Amino acid sequence: MTYFEAFGLEPKLVVDVDDLQQRFYRLSRELHPDRFTRRPVEEQQQALEKTSVLNDGLRTLKDPIRRAEYVLKQHGFDIGEQRTKDVPPELLEEVFELNMALEESDREQLDGFRTKFAAMLGEIDGGLQGLFAAYDASQSRDDLQKIRGVLNRRRYIENLVQKIDSSI
Amino acid sequence: MSTFQIDFGETKRIIGIDLGTTNSLGAFMDLTGPKIIPTANGGAIVPSVVSNLGAEVVAGENARALLVSHPERTVYSVKRLMGRSADDIQEELRLFPFRVVPSEGVIRLQLGEKTFTPPEISAFILREIKKNAEAYFNGEEITQAVITVPAYFNDAQRQATKDAGRIAGLEVLRLVNEPTAAALAYGLDKRQNGIVAVYDFGGGTFDISILKLHDGIFEVLATNGDTHLGGDDIDNILLAIALDDMANEWGDAKVADNHQIVQTVRRAVIAAKEKLSFVPETSIELDYKGKKYQRALTRELFEKLIAPIVDRTLGPCRAALKDAGLTPEQVDEVVLVGGSTRIPLVRQAVEALFKAKPHTELNPDEVVALGAAVQAGILSGDVTDKLLLDVTPLSLGIETMGGVVSKLIHRNSTIPASASETFTTAVDGQSNVLIHVLQGEREMVRDCRSLARFDLKGIDPLPAGLAKIEVRFLIDANGILNVTARDGRTGKEQSVEVKPSYGLTDDQVEAMIQESFEKAEDDFRERQVREARVEADRLIAAVAKSKQSDAFAQLPEAERNEIDRVYNELQVVYHSDDYAFIRSKMTELDEVTHHLAEIMVNTAVSGALKGTKI
Repeated sequence: MTYFEAFGLEPKLVVDVDDLQQRFYRLSRELHPDRFTRRPVEEQQQALEKTSVLNDGLRTLKDPIRRAEYVLKQHGFDIGEQRTKDVPPELLEEVFELNMALEESDREQLDGFRTKFAAMLGEIDGGLQGLFAAYDASQSRDDLQKIRGVLNRRRYIENLVQKIDSSI
Repeated sequence: MSTFQIDFGETKRIIGIDLGTTNSLGAFMDLTGPKIIPTANGGAIVPSVVSNLGAEVVAGENARALLVSHPERTVYSVKRLMGRSADDIQEELRLFPFRVVPSEGVIRLQLGEKTFTPPEISAFILREIKKNAEAYFNGEEITQAVITVPAYFNDAQRQATKDAGRIAGLEVLRLVNEPTAAALAYGLDKRQNGIVAVYDFGGGTFDISILKLHDGIFEVLATNGDTHLGGDDIDNILLAIALDDMANEWGDAKVADNHQIVQTVRRAVIAAKEKLSFVPETSIELDYKGKKYQRALTRELFEKLIAPIVDRTLGPCRAALKDAGLTPEQVDEVVLVGGSTRIPLVRQAVEALFKAKPHTELNPDEVVALGAAVQAGILSGDVTDKLLLDVTPLSLGIETMGGVVSKLIHRNSTIPASASETFTTAVDGQSNVLIHVLQGEREMVRDCRSLARFDLKGIDPLPAGLAKIEVRFLIDANGILNVTARDGRTGKEQSVEVKPSYGLTDDQVEAMIQESFEKAEDDFRERQVREARVEADRLIAAVAKSKQSDAFAQLPEAERNEIDRVYNELQVVYHSDDYAFIRSKMTELDEVTHHLAEIMVNTAVSGALKGTKI
């Protein structure tokens, strides 16, 4: 059973998170192991399985990035690879300067980079919404491919932010 | 236990138990709400103290009385040792009077001539509560329970608690986190929706949980804490000061080595600490075999001394808020739990952090047990409008190359939670794979807590890298890890052997359960003997009296001799441990005195008719 199926949802990338949360509460009330203490062991086991799918599913679908990664994985895309290795070409210059600033632990510069990267992430997230909607309409692999590219870039920038945060 | 009673609808009573560091309590759900189960003397609290007197092991109030007189045979605060290794607890062992026997994995405590593991000690406390419950419910057997644990307890500590239940003859239907239980007891869901912080500062542990309430659903957003921070630490500060003073005043540098003195001082500092919650000044006072010690203690100084401890609770509070994605201002209500929250400084610190006046309406000592009873009501189906959704307090991961931990389930994930991972072989023909599972937030294996090693056995011999073993890690609603494995090619269930790093193996627990059954039989036999002797006493006294009567003198000599013989025999048999033998002799005496009794009754009747006394 996919996470979407567990919640009775279409496998779409645009999700109404409030609705998802309400479905989660409703299903939890029915399926939680606490409701099956007096039932036979097999039913208890099923409740445990179903509830864990529900909980794992909520965690995954609630977050747009995890949700997109989940859908990519379902379609056979490799995710989680090339985390920090290849620098996206358009970021080459920034990464070079950032490394200098990190080395000198130049607080002012680092703060500047942080703000800049945060803005980039915001931009990416905004753009993702459009890509999600496009995929939901087309259901095409090409759109997933595009999303995958954006997610990789996003993860790369996120790692840079983490690097800055751990140094200041 | 319930293999023969696949009960649809048959309702066994489930009790709730707060197995605390200092005190434990039992509670149950009745039509009007949760209630505390009274102890034999009508109190609420069973002190979490166990003493091995050689002939028997006592727990609760009776054991607490032995803390000072038999310090080497008496254990307290055993909760701090649950699911831990000897290495973990070196620091606090110095403060415990009892000895820890070096042994592999699980700790063993030497109490008199026997050794006990922490789950066995806890089982004695649980048995005491079970006994109280059974007495309260007129002999109804209690076999199912909900037991509370600190939210920040790791897998090993939870498993140890569950083992304790099993050893005590209780099927633990659920382990509930203490702060969550407290939230249930407060019935805060009446406000329907909102954010609640539960600050639980007990005898040995500290927990903070942030919950979201939604129409009867108690959803824990984040939890944090310190399983080694509690009132005990405050006591130890005062204890050290007093012992230092006494060493000087009494001119005895070894005063701290005398366990009886230490326990006497412990009692005195606890009394002073508790008083300071209500008065601005008191004194630590004690008298040990005529030697006196007294020291004035103001609340001001006390607060200075304990400020670092109170501060240590605030870090976890902030971390939990951060994980929940909330600011202190977004918390609608704060609930205080645990005896240490009676301390004014603690209350001030909580108020200052959350900028809210905390709830203290319920007795902080009882609120967790009451919440456990509510959860028992949920499990039994009596309570249908509430549901608890708790989280796992620590991230779960596996060891990968270079001693790095790869996280599979992150902390504060709603449980039950699961993760899957595929493993393969590294060498041609390899038939087993060892998976090292850890809990903790750090990157490296050495900084995390080793949970267990899972041995995937009987893998079909294949060239390296071809085998695919799909392993599923599932944290259940108790916060305990279950691991199952499947051969990815054949779909066949793969056998997994668990080697817990610190806990008891299943076989060990089984052996302890077996032993406790035997113990229960011993107890049963002992009671039978005691009862038989009480009745034999009565019979012997009655026969002795009738032997003085005229009626006895009128009996034929043979009959008198027969009565004398059996009478004397019963007095000998009386001291045997065989209750059946005592009973059979009593029956025999009854029979041989039957005629005598008849005569006596007749004499009495005719005497009464004549209006004269015999």
